[in-house]
Amino acid sequence: MKFLHLVFSNLMRKKLRTSLTVLSIFIAFMLYGILCTIKESFTAGIDVAGADRLVVRNKITLIQPLPDSYLQKIVALSGVDSAVHFTWFGGIYRDDAALFFPSMPVSDIDTFLDIYPEYKLSDEAKEKWHSTRTGVIVGKQTAERFEWKVGDRIPLHSPIWPRKEDQVWEFDIVGIYEGASAKTDITGFYFRYDYFNEGRERGEGLAGWYTVRVKDPDKAPEVASAIDSEFQNSPYETKAEPEGAFAQAFVQQMGDIGAILMSILSVVFFTILLVTGNTMAQSVRERTQELGVLKSMGFSDGLVLRLVLAESCLIVVVGGFIGIGLAWLMAAGGSPVPDMLPIFYFPTEYVIIGIGLVIALGLAAGIIPAIEARRLRIAVALRRNA
Amino acid sequence: MSTENGSSGNGALVRLSKISKNFRRGSEDIHVLSDLNLEVGKGEFLALMGPSGSGKSTLLNLIGGLDRTTVGTIEVGGEHIEKMSDRALAAWRARHIGFVFQFYNLLPVLSAEKNVELPLLLTNLSSLERKKHVAAALDIVGLSHRANHSPRTLSGGEQQRVGIARAIVTDPTLLLCDEPTGDLDRASGDEILSLMQALNKDQGKTFIMVTHDPHASARAGRTVHLDKGQLSTEAPE
Repeated sequence: MKFLHLVFSNLMRKKLRTSLTVLSIFIAFMLYGILCTIKESFTAGIDVAGADRLVVRNKITLIQPLPDSYLQKIVALSGVDSAVHFTWFGGIYRDDAALFFPSMPVSDIDTFLDIYPEYKLSDEAKEKWHSTRTGVIVGKQTAERFEWKVGDRIPLHSPIWPRKEDQVWEFDIVGIYEGASAKTDITGFYFRYDYFNEGRERGEGLAGWYTVRVKDPDKAPEVASAIDSEFQNSPYETKAEPEGAFAQAFVQQMGDIGAILMSILSVVFFTILLVTGNTMAQSVRERTQELGVLKSMGFSDGLVLRLVLAESCLIVVVGGFIGIGLAWLMAAGGSPVPDMLPIFYFPTEYVIIGIGLVIALGLAAGIIPAIEARRLRIAVALRRNA
Repeated sequence: MSTENGSSGNGALVRLSKISKNFRRGSEDIHVLSDLNLEVGKGEFLALMGPSGSGKSTLLNLIGGLDRTTVGTIEVGGEHIEKMSDRALAAWRARHIGFVFQFYNLLPVLSAEKNVELPLLLTNLSSLERKKHVAAALDIVGLSHRANHSPRTLSGGEQQRVGIARAIVTDPTLLLCDEPTGDLDRASGDEILSLMQALNKDQGKTFIMVTHDPHASARAGRTVHLDKGQLSTEAPE
């Protein structure tokens, strides 16, 4: 600690250079934080996917439907605990497609809430949903976004599923559900299948996809095969896969988000390594003679090495921590595009990795100048002044 | 072989035996010091004179453990420094040697008192104790009132005083001064020499001063001349 003043004073020698270096590090780490947050937004579905849950969709494509009569057949299969089906509704609020939120009917309220324990709904709301045919439960984030509350009637229009006689779909909010963790999607709009199925103009008896809970997660692949075999050679063949794989495939329709973000961050950090390394190399070169003076006083080679490394680490720590801190605050402020990125937070594990990166970058940027300073011969260094 | 003995009755503090120092420049070996012997007594004020390139600073660096001899032994206060590792030599310098440089070599980013405190950072003294030592050293050189000033705001003479305060703050065994008045005007130079004399006489500090200024060497108790790698009491013609 007694050397901190010396380390800090050396950094303040060229204030503009130090400030610009800190600024570039700050921007790099803020970018890191934001990109990690975005990556999490895309992949949270994969992380929260239940190991005991399978998604069963039409073998051709997710857009193609499956008969709702498959439910009984699936549940009757060995290894299946329960199943529920969903249908993509594509509801539009206030005739504005930009006001997006996922909306879909669920085949059975109790099974749905049982298979998705991460959705937290009060018993009172659950009871009311049972007794209200037009009832809907809304995720907290969507409810807050539109300032909806229990008892509100929400009119929606669906270009995919128009209502008979061109009527508007109307839903009564019976409950607002919360998430078990920050990774839980709380933007959903779930309503009853019976209301939907009877009201739609066409496609009666067709559902979008099934979520199946298996009795033993270790036997999920066998159960998936059994489901696909059950409907083989039928007009609606299925593809059953673990929910995580399904979510991953969904995300990868946009490309490998993780690889894209990793490429960007690699380039950014490599550039910052060069910038900081150059700053430190210049700083050491400029005070060769001063380092010689310190050594003549008895500062050992090892101590000089540590002092240069401490300077390098301090410069990166200041910029890096401010960058990570600001990214965290921005993420905590909520998603700027909740319809596109509903789950928006800076995960703790990425904060810890960021802190590790800060220290690694500080050491990497300073190690070569520090070794040069360590190797500096005193007599040679002192002659620089002559 | 050239030999110069210290006149002090307290015995030799510094003893150089058969010192040679060669440098290699390309394929050529340059012999800077050849088979040189020197003794400096405790409490002595020795001036080391010689023309440019005669090896004065090299000799000073060898005595201060900043450089290694090619051949020969150096004993300071009974310790053979040529046998020490780099790490041990650094620790030895911190305990026993105070350097005063021609161009002061203060760290421009630190105040006068922080510059003086630097050698004390290598000790186990507390912050409060370090402050007391720094205040005492600055008081000795008469710069207590300039403690918080940056070197840039000090005159050359004042900067050299800070340099001396930094050299004496750890109460070293030996003070090595490389042209301490070489960058100062006559008046400031005289002040610095008077200060060094006072430290030598009043506090018994041992000085070895490299200079090529006869006016400065006249203040020393003994002068030896170095020319072509050899020592003598007589100035070369």
